Amino acid sequence: MNVLNFVNSFFSDSAHWHGYDGIPARLGEHVRYTLQALLLAAAIGLPIGLVTGHYGRGGNALSLVATAGRALPSFGLLVLMTTLLGFGMLPVMIPLVILAVPPILVTTYEAMRSVDPSPVDAARGMGMHESRILFQVELPVALPLILSGLRSAAIQIVSTATIAAYVSLGGLGRYIVDGLYQRNYEKVVGGATLVAVLALVTLALFWAVARTAVSPGVRRR
Amino acid sequence: MSGFLHDFFDIPSDLQHSWLGLIGLHLREALLPVAAGLLLALPIAQLCVRFRWLYPPVLGVTTVLYAIPSLAFFVVLIDYTGQTELTVMIPLAVYSLVVLVPAIVDGVRSVSEETLAAATAMGFGPVRRYFQVQLPIAVPAIIAGLRVATVSSISLVSVGMLIGNQGALGNLLHDAQIYNRPELTWNSVITTALLAILVDALLVLVRVLLTPWMPSGTARRKQAPALEDAAR
Repeated sequence: MNVLNFVNSFFSDSAHWHGYDGIPARLGEHVRYTLQALLLAAAIGLPIGLVTGHYGRGGNALSLVATAGRALPSFGLLVLMTTLLGFGMLPVMIPLVILAVPPILVTTYEAMRSVDPSPVDAARGMGMHESRILFQVELPVALPLILSGLRSAAIQIVSTATIAAYVSLGGLGRYIVDGLYQRNYEKVVGGATLVAVLALVTLALFWAVARTAVSPGVRRR
Repeated sequence: MSGFLHDFFDIPSDLQHSWLGLIGLHLREALLPVAAGLLLALPIAQLCVRFRWLYPPVLGVTTVLYAIPSLAFFVVLIDYTGQTELTVMIPLAVYSLVVLVPAIVDGVRSVSEETLAAATAMGFGPVRRYFQVQLPIAVPAIIAGLRVATVSSISLVSVGMLIGNQGALGNLLHDAQIYNRPELTWNSVITTALLAILVDALLVLVRVLLTPWMPSGTARRKQAPALEDAAR
């Protein structure tokens, strides 16, 4: 038996397709956690990144935030929050958001800084208001990089939400963690496949968004 | 307080390591994959620099590989390498490779044509030019990649706990649960974060030592592109 046999038997077992522990339910949970955490992180990271990037202030503080954010061990943080706050949604959401904010924040800042200054100056010279410069001149040019920051954050959330099954969160990680405890390798590998596919679908979604949202003039460069 | 400190460093005997022993184990499990990743990334990056058409597909494959969640990667490997350290280290090596290839390619490509022409004019062959001109100039970019790879590797080793206590300092998280000793969780998180920060600082130091011609500190380095823009 190799891994593919295990994967095949996991997906062909109809018991894995129904009920609270069925694939549709677990997949829905995983997607919901990911969206919630990503929206929260974007709500924090995007405005700060856009404004600091527009005015070019606070770059050092942001790179410090980035280093600190990377240094925090995601798994340890999950267990620590559960120890402090008990089981539930909040102790999982806090680490997911804490880990997703730095990539969004820093990439958005870098994206805004990397915008060619001459069109910005031209817009300012034409009497454009600062907020219009930000949204109509800088944002469209910075969009590809900003999206790549959101993409790394989303992928990190998908990955960490899997590990969060250890602290009793639902989602696709349940199959892996439960399967390991039950010595049911079929379940483990099935869960791993689902998580990997979800990560790749996330990647593809961001690629599609970048194709449609980024202005053709920016894309061609 | 001394009671807390005593508990803090009192590692349960089932882990078969002292606190320092766990740190050593953690560093080995995190750093060996980065070293392996670097050794593999150098030739791959060189191929991508040499044959430009190769870079976009390589970049695509690396992006896909990097998206695979660590736990999924670990458990699929269990079938081949068992619940061992190696199962944790292989995915970490792949992640490092994936971070390092673009970093090295960008670094080596950033060497200006004039510099390369000057080296050729001085009689440097391609090999000597690579090792004595291109690689040293690419050092800041390579170190930047190494910093990301090392720090995330140190953080991810802990996840190895889930596949049969292969997580070094991460194993403390499990013991904290089964023995109801929250201070072990604190120990794991703080020690892992400190290790990451220390190794990160060491890499910055290495960069400063290897590139004496560069201004020290990351802040001034970041201003360099802005200055180029102004000149252009």
